[in-house]
Amino acid sequence: MSATPLTKPVLSKKAQFRELFNVATLRLLMDRAIKMLALPGFGILVFLFLWQLLANNIITSLGQFPGPNQVWEQSKSLVTEHRRERSKETAFYQRQEVRNAKKLADDPSATVKIRSYTGKATFLDQIFTSLLTVAFGFMVATLVAVPLGILCGLSESLYRCINPIIQTFKPVSPLAWLPLVTMVVSALYVSDDPLFDKAFLTSAFTVALCCLWPTVVNTIVGVASIDRDLINVSRVLRLGSLVHIRKVVIPSAIPLIFTGLRLSLATGWMVLIAAEMLAQNPGLGKFIWDEFQNGSSNSLGRIMVAVLVIGIIGFILDSLMLALQKHLSWDKQATLR
Amino acid sequence: MLNKNYLEISQVGIEFATSGEPFRALQNVNLAIAKGEFISLIGHSGCGKSTVLNIVAGLYNATEGGIILEGREVDEPGPDRAVVFQNHALMPWLTVYQNVELAVKCVFKKTKTKAEIRDWIEHNLSLVHMEHAVHKLPSELSGGMKQRVGIARCLAMQPKVLLMDEPFGALDALTRAHLQDSLMDIQQRLDNTVIMITHDVDEAVLLSDRIVMMTNGPAASIGEVLSIDLPRPRNRVVLADDPAFNHYRQQVLRFLYEKQKNPADKNAVAG
Repeated sequence: MSATPLTKPVLSKKAQFRELFNVATLRLLMDRAIKMLALPGFGILVFLFLWQLLANNIITSLGQFPGPNQVWEQSKSLVTEHRRERSKETAFYQRQEVRNAKKLADDPSATVKIRSYTGKATFLDQIFTSLLTVAFGFMVATLVAVPLGILCGLSESLYRCINPIIQTFKPVSPLAWLPLVTMVVSALYVSDDPLFDKAFLTSAFTVALCCLWPTVVNTIVGVASIDRDLINVSRVLRLGSLVHIRKVVIPSAIPLIFTGLRLSLATGWMVLIAAEMLAQNPGLGKFIWDEFQNGSSNSLGRIMVAVLVIGIIGFILDSLMLALQKHLSWDKQATLR
Repeated sequence: MLNKNYLEISQVGIEFATSGEPFRALQNVNLAIAKGEFISLIGHSGCGKSTVLNIVAGLYNATEGGIILEGREVDEPGPDRAVVFQNHALMPWLTVYQNVELAVKCVFKKTKTKAEIRDWIEHNLSLVHMEHAVHKLPSELSGGMKQRVGIARCLAMQPKVLLMDEPFGALDALTRAHLQDSLMDIQQRLDNTVIMITHDVDEAVLLSDRIVMMTNGPAASIGEVLSIDLPRPRNRVVLADDPAFNHYRQQVLRFLYEKQKNPADKNAVAG
């Protein structure tokens, strides 16, 4: 007794080929190509043209505003700098090794020191730092927000207790939290062998504090709006609280939980850049601030590269969340945007 | 005669809190149901049929009176009183099989082995003729099929009483007829005790041993109880021309449209 799925008839190679190239299929492919590639491509071209046009007309104290061309040049030079810095680093360690080996050969009882390389962080290093920070902050926020949202969604009384607090903290800017978080982290995170950098924790917790709220609010709404009938089914079956949450509440609320998570991650990424800029914590924000202070003729171009990279990373993060949502969601028909 | 008081609805009344005066939906509802009996509750919209059903299910608590099942009072929901909801109430993220499994595991986890559980789920799905779609999601099924699965889920719990809240109300006439026949067939074989809410006079006469007709609310109660002494198995085509069948129909219609005018009509005259 098993379901018999409707499978396509198996076609011969030749027939497959014919099917691939019949007119209707071609037209479908064309349509899709236009929708997926041509239209977005056209949009980007128009944008680049307008950008160049505007850039030509803006002269700043640091020279002309960078157009697409200069930005491309700068992005290449940033990658080159990164490569150069890496080879310097490797060379440094090689020299150190040779020196230490020689020292040991001369005198086997000599103490050798291994120093770590202290070159400046490159653009790519800063991207990596930022990604790590936002991932950590977002994870902390999610671990707090989803359970809190589920509890508040299930219990009206708890919701009434916590709602004023949520509404008060929700609109607070990350910049307001930053000094407090900095001081608290300095005071509480005292360790001889720190696992995390203090600056890293400061940025991550600031991110967490700001990206908590969209997930909390959306989870509450998702949990509170479960179909009455499904709750009654659960009551008739006398499901225990934990089973009820696992089998009924979470699957039901998953679309809104993900809406919240996506908003949170986007918020977190924005907040992070601001926090890094203000606190001079390592990351893309610091890169931008350093370039601004540096004030060379290339600075604006380099900042523009950072702006684009921030945007593209934000876009990729959201796409990843969307893919995860599609993977986890039971409703495969739903169109997710 | 079998135990006439298998399920007893005793002196049940209920009041709902509103912003003003509390609203009295039911008053003095009394009914004794025998094991294996098929009862229909019929009445105009808003007369409290669903409220009665929800009180029997334990989803609402009566303000006065109570429900006695096999000599014991019941005041909270439980799998011994399974409910078939009007809109199937299947978990949309579970397949047909998993939906039934959720219920079966709740009831039989301790008494059946894994293999027995699987056989039992499949057996119940075959009772409602859904064995061809066990691994489909509810969204891939038609309304009638979803309702079949909803019924299978309840049957699989082996409830003492099967409660059905307008189970076929959302279906088209042909699908409804099919499901009514299936339900009659299953009830014949399993001897379930059933309380079904319906708006459909033909359905009530065709399926029921007794039809309980309710007065209009507020403070609704049981108006009349009509015993349907038609031999089983019943065939809708044969009965369509049966004088006894038509006589029962007429009695229900008379109650609904002469003795208990539709409250909406009353308002129209008053307005």
